[in-house]
Amino acid sequence: MLGQSITRNSVLLAIFAVCTTLLIAGTFLSTRDKIALEKRRAEEKALLEVVPRERHDNSMLDETIPVGPEAAGLGLKEQKRIYVARKRGEIVAVVIPATAPDGYTGAIDLIVGVNTDGSIAGVRALAHRETPGLGDKVDIKKSDWVLGFDGRSLDNPDVSGWAVKKDRGVFDQFTGATITPRAVVAATLRTLQFAEANRESLFGERGQITAGGK
Amino acid sequence: MADVSYRELSFNGLWKNNPAIVQLLGLCPLLAVTGSVVNAIGLGVATIMVLVCSNTSVSLIRNIVSDAVRLPAFVMIIAAAVTCIELLMQAFAYEMYQILGIFLPLITTNCVILGRADGFAAKHGLGPSIYDGFIMGVGFTAILVLLGGLRELSGTGALFANMDLLFGPGAANWEMVVIADYQPFLLAILPPGAFIFTGLIIAVKNLIDDRIKKRQDALKEKPVKGSKRVRVTGTIS
Repeated sequence: MLGQSITRNSVLLAIFAVCTTLLIAGTFLSTRDKIALEKRRAEEKALLEVVPRERHDNSMLDETIPVGPEAAGLGLKEQKRIYVARKRGEIVAVVIPATAPDGYTGAIDLIVGVNTDGSIAGVRALAHRETPGLGDKVDIKKSDWVLGFDGRSLDNPDVSGWAVKKDRGVFDQFTGATITPRAVVAATLRTLQFAEANRESLFGERGQITAGGK
Repeated sequence: MADVSYRELSFNGLWKNNPAIVQLLGLCPLLAVTGSVVNAIGLGVATIMVLVCSNTSVSLIRNIVSDAVRLPAFVMIIAAAVTCIELLMQAFAYEMYQILGIFLPLITTNCVILGRADGFAAKHGLGPSIYDGFIMGVGFTAILVLLGGLRELSGTGALFANMDLLFGPGAANWEMVVIADYQPFLLAILPPGAFIFTGLIIAVKNLIDDRIKKRQDALKEKPVKGSKRVRVTGTIS
Protein backbone atom coordinates (compact mmCIF):
# COMPACT_ATOMS: atom_id res chain seq x y z
CA MET A 1 0.00 0.00 0.00
CA LEU A 2 1.33 3.40 -0.99
CA GLY A 3 -0.31 5.22 1.91
CA GLN A 4 1.13 2.76 4.37
CA SER A 5 4.64 3.10 3.06
CA ILE A 6 4.40 6.90 3.13
CA THR A 7 3.28 6.78 6.76
CA ARG A 8 6.00 4.31 7.66
CA ASN A 9 8.70 6.39 6.00
CA SER A 10 7.56 9.65 7.55
CA VAL A 11 7.46 8.13 10.99
CA LEU A 12 10.91 6.71 10.43
CA LEU A 13 12.32 10.06 9.31
CA ALA A 14 10.66 11.78 12.25
CA ILE A 15 12.30 9.33 14.63
CA PHE A 16 15.63 10.05 12.96
CA ALA A 17 15.10 13.78 13.27
CA VAL A 18 14.33 13.44 16.96
CA CYS A 19 17.36 11.21 17.60
CA THR A 20 19.82 13.44 15.75
CA THR A 21 18.39 16.55 17.38
CA LEU A 22 18.79 14.97 20.80
CA LEU A 23 22.38 14.09 19.95
CA ILE A 24 23.19 17.63 18.88
CA ALA A 25 21.39 19.10 21.87
CA GLY A 26 23.37 16.83 24.19
CA THR A 27 26.69 17.80 22.63
CA PHE A 28 25.71 21.46 22.69
CA LEU A 29 24.77 21.39 26.35
CA SER A 30 27.89 19.54 27.38
CA THR A 31 30.26 21.83 25.46
CA ARG A 32 28.44 25.12 26.01
CA ASP A 33 30.39 26.33 29.03
CA LYS A 34 33.72 25.29 27.61
CA ILE A 35 33.01 27.09 24.33
CA ALA A 36 31.97 30.26 26.13
CA LEU A 37 35.20 30.11 28.09
CA GLU A 38 37.32 29.59 24.97
CA LYS A 39 35.60 32.48 23.19
CA ARG A 40 36.26 34.75 26.11
CA ARG A 41 39.87 33.66 26.30
CA ALA A 42 40.43 34.29 22.59
CA GLU A 43 38.81 37.70 22.89
CA GLU A 44 40.88 38.58 25.90
CA LYS A 45 44.11 37.46 24.28
CA ALA A 46 43.90 40.18 21.63
CA LEU A 47 43.01 42.79 24.26
CA LEU A 48 45.95 41.81 26.43
CA GLU A 49 48.32 42.27 23.51
CA VAL A 50 47.22 45.87 23.23
CA VAL A 51 46.97 46.65 26.94
CA PRO A 52 49.14 44.11 28.76
CA ARG A 53 48.36 42.82 32.22
CA GLU A 54 50.96 45.10 33.89
CA ARG A 55 49.11 48.18 32.77
CA HIS A 56 45.67 47.39 34.15
CA ASP A 57 44.10 45.47 36.98
CA ASN A 58 40.44 45.26 36.01
CA SER A 59 38.75 42.74 33.75
CA MET A 60 38.41 44.55 30.45
CA LEU A 61 35.89 42.04 29.20
CA ASP A 62 33.51 43.03 31.96
CA GLU A 63 33.83 46.78 31.58
CA THR A 64 32.61 47.78 28.18
CA ILE A 65 30.79 50.54 26.37
CA PRO A 66 28.57 49.39 23.51
CA VAL A 67 29.34 50.98 20.16
CA GLY A 68 27.73 50.40 16.82
CA PRO A 69 27.49 51.50 13.18
CA GLU A 70 26.29 54.96 14.22
CA ALA A 71 29.70 55.82 15.73
CA ALA A 72 31.28 58.23 13.24
CA GLY A 73 34.65 57.16 11.90
CA LEU A 74 34.80 53.60 13.21
CA GLY A 75 33.11 52.10 10.16
CA LEU A 76 31.55 49.30 12.20
CA LYS A 77 28.94 47.17 10.53
CA GLU A 78 27.57 45.64 13.68
CA GLN A 79 27.23 46.27 17.37
CA LYS A 80 30.59 45.92 19.12
CA ARG A 81 32.13 46.94 22.40
CA ILE A 82 34.76 49.40 23.57
CA TYR A 83 36.83 47.89 26.39
CA VAL A 84 37.98 50.03 29.28
CA ALA A 85 41.27 49.31 31.06
CA ARG A 86 41.73 50.66 34.57
CA LYS A 87 44.57 50.59 37.04
CA ARG A 88 43.60 51.24 40.66
CA GLY A 89 40.28 52.62 39.46
CA GLU A 90 41.79 55.13 37.03
CA ILE A 91 41.16 54.66 33.33
CA VAL A 92 44.51 54.05 31.61
CA ALA A 93 43.33 53.16 28.12
CA VAL A 94 40.35 52.16 26.05
CA VAL A 95 40.37 49.55 23.31
CA ILE A 96 38.18 50.62 20.41
CA PRO A 97 37.01 48.29 17.63
CA ALA A 98 37.19 49.71 14.12
CA THR A 99 36.70 48.41 10.62
CA ALA A 100 38.74 49.49 7.62
CA PRO A 101 36.22 49.00 4.82
CA ASP A 102 38.76 49.52 2.03
CA GLY A 103 41.21 46.64 2.40
CA TYR A 104 42.43 44.95 -0.78
CA THR A 105 40.06 42.02 -0.31
CA GLY A 106 37.26 43.37 1.82
CA ALA A 107 37.02 44.83 5.25
CA ILE A 108 39.77 44.57 7.87
CA ASP A 109 38.61 44.35 11.49
CA LEU A 110 40.92 46.14 13.87
CA ILE A 111 41.16 47.00 17.52
CA VAL A 112 42.92 50.20 18.46
CA GLY A 113 44.08 50.79 22.01
CA VAL A 114 44.08 54.48 22.91
CA ASN A 115 45.81 55.68 26.08
CA THR A 116 44.31 58.38 28.25
CA ASP A 117 46.82 60.90 26.86
CA GLY A 118 45.54 60.26 23.33
CA SER A 119 48.49 58.17 22.18
CA ILE A 120 48.14 54.70 20.72
CA ALA A 121 48.68 51.72 22.99
CA GLY A 122 48.57 49.29 20.13
CA VAL A 123 46.79 48.27 16.95
CA ARG A 124 45.89 44.72 15.99
CA ALA A 125 44.13 43.24 12.99
CA LEU A 126 41.56 40.74 14.24
CA ALA A 127 40.10 39.52 10.99
CA HIS A 128 41.15 40.12 7.41
CA ARG A 129 41.40 38.36 4.09
CA GLU A 130 44.39 40.17 2.69
CA THR A 131 46.67 38.43 0.21
CA PRO A 132 49.02 36.02 1.97
CA GLY A 133 52.61 37.15 1.73
CA LEU A 134 51.69 40.68 0.68
CA GLY A 135 48.83 42.42 2.46
CA ASP A 136 48.70 40.06 5.41
CA LYS A 137 51.68 41.81 6.95
CA VAL A 138 49.13 43.85 8.91
CA ASP A 139 48.78 40.69 10.99
CA ILE A 140 51.15 40.64 13.96
CA LYS A 141 51.79 36.95 13.29
CA LYS A 142 53.33 37.79 9.93
CA SER A 143 55.10 41.07 10.53
CA ASP A 144 55.63 43.63 13.26
CA TRP A 145 54.45 46.45 11.01
CA VAL A 146 51.47 47.31 13.26
CA LEU A 147 53.88 48.01 16.12
CA GLY A 148 54.83 51.16 14.19
CA PHE A 149 51.62 52.72 15.46
CA ASP A 150 52.58 52.39 19.12
CA GLY A 151 52.97 55.77 20.80
CA ARG A 152 51.65 57.70 17.80
CA SER A 153 48.90 60.24 18.35
CA LEU A 154 46.96 62.92 16.50
CA ASP A 155 49.91 65.33 16.65
CA ASN A 156 52.62 62.73 16.20
CA PRO A 157 52.71 62.97 13.22
CA ASP A 158 50.19 65.68 12.35
CA VAL A 159 47.21 64.70 10.24
CA SER A 160 48.98 65.10 6.89
CA GLY A 161 51.62 62.64 8.06
CA TRP A 162 49.02 59.96 8.79
CA ALA A 163 49.53 58.16 5.50
CA VAL A 164 51.88 55.65 3.94
CA LYS A 165 55.20 56.93 2.65
CA LYS A 166 54.03 56.71 -0.94
CA ASP A 167 51.36 59.29 -0.05
CA ARG A 168 53.98 61.46 1.73
CA GLY A 169 53.13 60.08 5.13
CA VAL A 170 55.36 58.54 7.75
CA PHE A 171 54.16 54.91 7.71
CA ASP A 172 55.84 52.20 5.67
CA GLN A 173 53.92 50.48 2.95
CA PHE A 174 54.65 46.86 2.03
CA THR A 175 56.47 45.88 -1.10
CA GLY A 176 53.78 45.10 -3.61
CA ALA A 177 50.92 46.12 -1.36
CA THR A 178 49.98 49.72 -0.72
CA ILE A 179 46.21 49.43 -0.50
CA THR A 180 46.18 47.35 2.69
CA PRO A 181 48.45 49.58 4.83
CA ARG A 182 46.73 52.65 3.42
CA ALA A 183 43.39 51.29 4.65
CA VAL A 184 44.76 50.43 8.09
CA VAL A 185 46.50 53.78 8.54
CA ALA A 186 43.34 55.65 7.57
CA ALA A 187 41.15 53.55 9.85
CA THR A 188 43.54 54.05 12.77
CA LEU A 189 43.55 57.80 12.20
CA ARG A 190 39.73 57.85 12.13
CA THR A 191 39.65 55.88 15.36
CA LEU A 192 41.97 58.39 17.04
CA GLN A 193 39.75 61.21 15.85
CA PHE A 194 36.74 59.36 17.22
CA ALA A 195 38.48 58.97 20.57
CA GLU A 196 39.36 62.67 20.61
CA ALA A 197 35.81 63.72 19.74
CA ASN A 198 34.34 61.50 22.41
CA ARG A 199 36.98 62.12 25.02
CA GLU A 200 34.49 62.94 27.73
CA SER A 201 32.37 59.84 27.40
CA LEU A 202 35.36 57.52 26.96
CA PHE A 203 37.81 58.78 29.55
CA GLY A 204 35.56 61.05 31.59
CA GLU A 205 35.66 59.97 35.20
CA ARG A 206 32.14 59.21 36.23
CA GLY A 207 32.92 56.52 38.71
CA GLN A 208 31.32 53.65 36.86
CA ILE A 209 30.83 53.64 33.14
CA THR A 210 27.15 53.41 32.49
CA ALA A 211 25.81 51.58 29.51
CA GLY A 212 25.14 53.85 26.59
CA GLY A 213 28.19 56.08 26.71
CA LYS A 214 28.64 56.92 23.08
CA MET B 1 29.00 -9.40 1.15
CA ALA B 2 30.76 -10.65 4.23
CA ASP B 3 33.87 -11.46 2.27
CA VAL B 4 35.41 -7.99 2.45
CA SER B 5 39.07 -8.18 3.26
CA TYR B 6 40.47 -5.43 5.41
CA ARG B 7 43.63 -5.49 3.37
CA GLU B 8 41.72 -4.69 0.27
CA LEU B 9 39.80 -1.94 2.06
CA SER B 10 43.06 -0.35 3.12
CA PHE B 11 44.52 -0.57 -0.35
CA ASN B 12 41.33 0.94 -1.73
CA GLY B 13 41.17 3.82 0.70
CA LEU B 14 44.83 4.73 0.66
CA TRP B 15 45.72 4.17 -2.95
CA LYS B 16 43.57 2.50 -5.56
CA ASN B 17 40.36 4.33 -4.77
CA ASN B 18 41.77 7.25 -2.81
CA PRO B 19 38.86 9.62 -2.27
CA ALA B 20 40.87 12.74 -3.00
CA ILE B 21 42.96 11.89 -6.03
CA VAL B 22 41.08 8.99 -7.65
CA GLN B 23 37.44 9.53 -6.85
CA LEU B 24 38.16 13.28 -6.84
CA LEU B 25 35.57 13.80 -4.13
CA GLY B 26 35.62 16.57 -1.56
CA LEU B 27 37.72 18.85 -3.73
CA CYS B 28 36.24 21.99 -2.20
CA PRO B 29 37.87 21.59 1.24
CA LEU B 30 40.84 19.87 -0.37
CA LEU B 31 41.69 22.91 -2.44
CA ALA B 32 40.57 25.57 -0.02
CA VAL B 33 42.25 24.82 3.29
CA THR B 34 45.51 23.17 2.30
CA GLY B 35 47.59 26.33 2.50
CA SER B 36 49.53 24.82 5.38
CA VAL B 37 50.10 21.48 7.06
CA VAL B 38 48.31 22.43 10.26
CA ASN B 39 45.11 23.38 8.43
CA ALA B 40 45.27 20.16 6.43
CA ILE B 41 45.63 18.03 9.58
CA GLY B 42 42.80 19.90 11.30
CA LEU B 43 40.35 19.38 8.48
CA GLY B 44 41.60 15.85 7.86
CA VAL B 45 41.04 14.75 11.45
CA ALA B 46 37.58 16.31 11.46
CA THR B 47 36.77 14.48 8.24
CA ILE B 48 37.99 11.14 9.63
CA MET B 49 35.81 11.57 12.71
CA VAL B 50 32.76 12.42 10.64
CA LEU B 51 33.38 9.51 8.26
CA VAL B 52 33.72 7.01 11.09
CA CYS B 53 30.62 8.32 12.88
CA SER B 54 28.50 8.42 9.76
CA ASN B 55 29.62 5.02 8.48
CA THR B 56 28.99 3.48 11.90
CA SER B 57 25.47 4.81 12.24
CA VAL B 58 24.54 4.18 8.62
CA SER B 59 25.72 0.59 8.91
CA LEU B 60 23.71 0.12 12.11
CA ILE B 61 20.49 1.36 10.60
CA ARG B 62 20.95 -0.07 7.13
CA ASN B 63 18.26 -2.71 7.61
CA ILE B 64 15.71 -0.38 9.15
CA VAL B 65 15.67 2.39 6.59
CA SER B 66 13.76 1.78 3.39
CA ASP B 67 15.33 2.66 0.09
CA ALA B 68 13.01 5.59 -0.55
CA VAL B 69 14.09 7.60 2.47
CA ARG B 70 17.63 6.38 2.87
CA LEU B 71 19.29 9.50 1.46
CA PRO B 72 17.46 11.99 3.70
CA ALA B 73 18.15 9.76 6.66
CA PHE B 74 21.87 9.53 5.80
CA VAL B 75 22.13 13.27 5.28
CA MET B 76 20.50 13.82 8.66
CA ILE B 77 23.02 11.53 10.33
CA ILE B 78 25.94 13.18 8.57
CA ALA B 79 24.75 16.69 9.41
CA ALA B 80 24.31 15.72 13.05
CA ALA B 81 27.79 14.18 13.19
CA VAL B 82 29.34 17.26 11.61
CA THR B 83 27.52 19.61 13.99
CA CYS B 84 28.65 17.63 17.02
CA ILE B 85 32.24 17.56 15.84
CA GLU B 86 32.11 21.28 15.09
CA LEU B 87 30.95 21.91 18.65
CA LEU B 88 33.66 19.67 20.06
CA MET B 89 36.33 21.36 17.99
CA GLN B 90 35.06 24.74 19.16
CA ALA B 91 35.41 23.55 22.73
CA PHE B 92 38.81 21.90 22.48
CA ALA B 93 40.62 23.58 19.58
CA TYR B 94 39.05 26.99 19.34
CA GLU B 95 41.72 28.69 17.23
CA MET B 96 41.74 25.80 14.79
CA TYR B 97 37.98 26.11 14.62
CA GLN B 98 38.36 29.77 13.71
CA ILE B 99 40.84 28.99 10.96
CA LEU B 100 38.79 26.22 9.38
CA GLY B 101 35.72 28.42 9.70
CA ILE B 102 33.12 27.65 7.08
CA PHE B 103 34.90 24.52 5.86
CA LEU B 104 34.00 22.65 9.01
CA PRO B 105 30.22 22.78 8.49
CA LEU B 106 30.89 22.27 4.80
CA ILE B 107 32.14 18.75 5.58
CA THR B 108 28.44 17.89 5.47
CA THR B 109 28.49 18.45 1.75
CA ASN B 110 31.74 16.60 1.23
CA CYS B 111 30.78 13.91 -1.26
CA VAL B 112 33.23 11.46 0.30
CA ILE B 113 30.99 11.16 3.33
CA LEU B 114 27.69 10.51 1.56
CA GLY B 115 29.52 8.46 -1.04
CA ARG B 116 30.92 6.06 1.57
CA ALA B 117 27.64 6.00 3.52
CA ASP B 118 25.56 5.08 0.52
CA GLY B 119 28.15 3.18 -1.47
CA PHE B 120 29.65 1.10 1.30
CA ALA B 121 28.20 1.37 4.80
CA ALA B 122 24.61 0.87 3.61
CA LYS B 123 25.59 -2.55 2.26
CA HIS B 124 28.13 -3.84 4.75
CA GLY B 125 28.33 -4.85 8.38
CA LEU B 126 29.49 -2.71 11.25
CA GLY B 127 33.15 -3.75 11.38
CA PRO B 128 34.04 -3.25 7.72
CA SER B 129 32.01 -0.03 7.59
CA ILE B 130 33.86 1.54 10.49
CA TYR B 131 37.15 0.47 9.03
CA ASP B 132 36.20 1.74 5.59
CA GLY B 133 35.23 5.11 7.01
CA PHE B 134 38.48 5.31 8.91
CA ILE B 135 40.75 4.27 6.08
CA MET B 136 38.99 6.46 3.51
CA GLY B 137 39.38 9.35 5.92
CA VAL B 138 43.05 8.55 6.36
CA GLY B 139 43.49 8.41 2.59
CA PHE B 140 41.80 11.78 2.25
CA THR B 141 43.85 13.25 5.10
CA ALA B 142 47.09 11.93 3.65
CA ILE B 143 46.48 13.83 0.43
CA LEU B 144 45.40 16.92 2.37
CA VAL B 145 48.59 16.86 4.39
CA LEU B 146 50.77 16.14 1.36
CA LEU B 147 49.18 19.01 -0.52
CA GLY B 148 49.39 21.27 2.53
CA GLY B 149 53.06 20.42 2.96
CA LEU B 150 53.93 21.02 -0.69
CA ARG B 151 52.08 24.32 -0.74
CA GLU B 152 53.47 25.53 2.56
CA LEU B 153 57.01 24.59 1.60
CA SER B 154 56.93 26.15 -1.85
CA GLY B 155 54.88 29.11 -0.67
CA THR B 156 56.73 30.11 2.46
CA GLY B 157 59.91 28.05 2.52
CA ALA B 158 59.01 26.54 5.88
CA LEU B 159 57.05 23.55 7.17
CA PHE B 160 54.81 22.86 10.18
CA ALA B 161 54.19 26.48 11.14
CA ASN B 162 51.62 27.22 13.85
CA MET B 163 51.31 23.59 14.91
CA ASP B 164 50.53 24.83 18.41
CA LEU B 165 47.01 25.65 17.20
CA LEU B 166 46.34 21.93 17.16
CA PHE B 167 48.84 20.29 19.46
CA GLY B 168 49.09 22.78 22.28
CA PRO B 169 51.81 25.26 23.21
CA GLY B 170 54.52 22.58 23.20
CA ALA B 171 54.28 22.40 19.42
CA ALA B 172 54.98 26.09 18.88
CA ASN B 173 58.58 25.43 17.91
CA TRP B 174 57.90 22.62 15.46
CA GLU B 175 58.27 25.01 12.58
CA MET B 176 61.14 24.04 10.33
CA VAL B 177 62.60 26.72 8.14
CA VAL B 178 63.74 24.61 5.23
CA ILE B 179 64.97 27.42 3.04
CA ALA B 180 66.15 30.52 4.87
CA ASP B 181 65.46 33.95 3.36
CA TYR B 182 62.89 32.44 1.07
CA GLN B 183 61.00 34.85 -1.13
CA PRO B 184 57.34 33.84 -0.64
CA PHE B 185 55.95 32.17 -3.74
CA LEU B 186 52.44 33.54 -3.71
CA LEU B 187 50.98 31.31 -6.39
CA ALA B 188 51.48 28.21 -4.26
CA ILE B 189 49.43 29.59 -1.37
CA LEU B 190 46.65 31.04 -3.49
CA PRO B 191 43.91 28.78 -4.91
CA PRO B 192 45.60 28.22 -8.30
CA GLY B 193 48.50 26.61 -6.43
CA ALA B 194 46.08 24.08 -4.99
CA PHE B 195 44.90 23.09 -8.46
CA ILE B 196 48.42 22.87 -9.83
CA PHE B 197 49.72 20.72 -6.97
CA THR B 198 46.65 18.46 -6.97
CA GLY B 199 47.22 17.93 -10.67
CA LEU B 200 50.86 17.09 -10.05
CA ILE B 201 49.98 14.61 -7.29
CA ILE B 202 47.46 12.86 -9.54
CA ALA B 203 50.04 12.76 -12.32
CA VAL B 204 52.66 11.20 -10.07
CA LYS B 205 50.16 8.61 -8.84
CA ASN B 206 49.26 7.68 -12.41
CA LEU B 207 52.93 7.48 -13.29
CA ILE B 208 53.57 5.06 -10.42
CA ASP B 209 50.50 3.00 -11.32
CA ASP B 210 51.74 2.82 -14.90
CA ARG B 211 55.19 1.66 -13.84
CA ILE B 212 53.73 -1.03 -11.60
CA LYS B 213 51.43 -2.21 -14.34
CA LYS B 214 54.24 -2.40 -16.87
CA ARG B 215 56.41 -4.34 -14.48
CA GLN B 216 53.62 -6.79 -13.73
CA ASP B 217 52.89 -7.21 -17.41
CA ALA B 218 56.52 -7.95 -18.03
CA LEU B 219 56.60 -10.53 -15.24
CA LYS B 220 53.49 -12.40 -16.26
CA GLU B 221 53.42 -13.75 -19.73
CA LYS B 222 49.70 -14.07 -20.08
CA PRO B 223 47.52 -11.38 -18.50
CA VAL B 224 44.89 -12.37 -15.98
CA LYS B 225 41.40 -12.50 -17.41
CA GLY B 226 39.31 -9.67 -15.98
CA SER B 227 39.69 -8.13 -12.58
CA LYS B 228 38.66 -10.04 -9.52
CA ARG B 229 38.45 -6.93 -7.47
CA VAL B 230 35.00 -5.82 -6.48
CA ARG B 231 34.34 -2.20 -7.18
CA VAL B 232 32.67 -0.84 -4.10
CA THR B 233 32.28 2.79 -4.95
CA GLY B 234 30.09 4.84 -7.17
CA THR B 235 27.10 2.54 -7.25
CA ILE B 236 23.91 4.49 -7.03
CA SER B 237 21.06 2.09 -6.97
